[in-house]
Amino acid sequence: MYIIVVGGGRVGYYLLKALLNEGHEVLLIEKDPRICKTITDEMGSVCFRGDGCEAAVLAEVGTGRADMLVAVTGDDEDNLVSCQVAKHKHNVPRTIARIRNPLNAVLFKKLGIDVTVSSTDIILESIEREVPTHPLTHLLTFEDKDLALVDVKIPAGSTTIGKTVKDLDLPRESNLALIIPSEGGARTPTPATVINEGDQIIAVTTRESEDLLRAALMGA
Amino acid sequence: MKILIMGCGRVGARLASLLDEDGHNVTILDTDTYSFRRLPPSFGGTALFGNGIDEEALKKAGVEDMDIFIAVTQGDNRNVMACQLARHIFNVPRVMCRIYDPLREEMYSALGLETVSPTKVMAELFRDKIKG
Repeated sequence: MYIIVVGGGRVGYYLLKALLNEGHEVLLIEKDPRICKTITDEMGSVCFRGDGCEAAVLAEVGTGRADMLVAVTGDDEDNLVSCQVAKHKHNVPRTIARIRNPLNAVLFKKLGIDVTVSSTDIILESIEREVPTHPLTHLLTFEDKDLALVDVKIPAGSTTIGKTVKDLDLPRESNLALIIPSEGGARTPTPATVINEGDQIIAVTTRESEDLLRAALMGA
Repeated sequence: MKILIMGCGRVGARLASLLDEDGHNVTILDTDTYSFRRLPPSFGGTALFGNGIDEEALKKAGVEDMDIFIAVTQGDNRNVMACQLARHIFNVPRVMCRIYDPLREEMYSALGLETVSPTKVMAELFRDKIKG
């Protein structure tokens, strides 16, 4: 695959290295001549000096034949514009943007950016997994289908303990995929499966019905 | 009309005071309160500290009730992102945007923003002066 990375900060640098190791054709675009020189000295001609938001620069590096553009500068607005230029001027099939402000995910999605990655959100999710007051954790999101794979732990005192799956008031858009009891092992839930304290339930749900799903699984 | 301006530089401050004189309800936003010194003492609008590419800051500035949003900071990308926020998240009826880079300006104008490229305007202005 031909992948273009915009922004030669630490994220861009390690991303470039990892992608090269995986055998992809990668080019990094960076404004700062010193950073470009350091990268060229270390890895050869894989760095192009220029502004990754300019259509002319993107044309020069053959963005038209790129399979993917990944914008990882430290500024959300620069990552947005770089991805938009790649999409609208060069028809790049897949664009990925790093965002600092998690709220920007909504705007970026509306504007056609395929994937956004927010380090704030990723760290928050790791914390949620450890905190008992956050019973619902995102494991994976399918942005294009508006679905999420989530993990719900059944805490002590939940009103659903002892009920069977068919008695739960599950939202229509949610499906239970797997139940992992506290003693380990994994079961595919059937309508007769009983919910126990400490169960870990893996489910697929739309973003909208997340709260309903949580309520259905844990009781009020 | 209710108008929100992002960026209190020379253009932003001047525009704000002109629109204020014309009787519009003007709010001006900047990430550096020191730049509000550019507003004349007679300015009757609101000057607010805040970053126009931050949804929460825009909401605080009352973006949802605005008739017009104008982005005139130094950064093309900041202006473009703020305008797209105002338009696609807050449904402001008219959004206008300064974009220095003529290529970028053409693209965003094609995408439906009202854009002005000072680079293009100035170059053409000087050429026309020389032509006579």
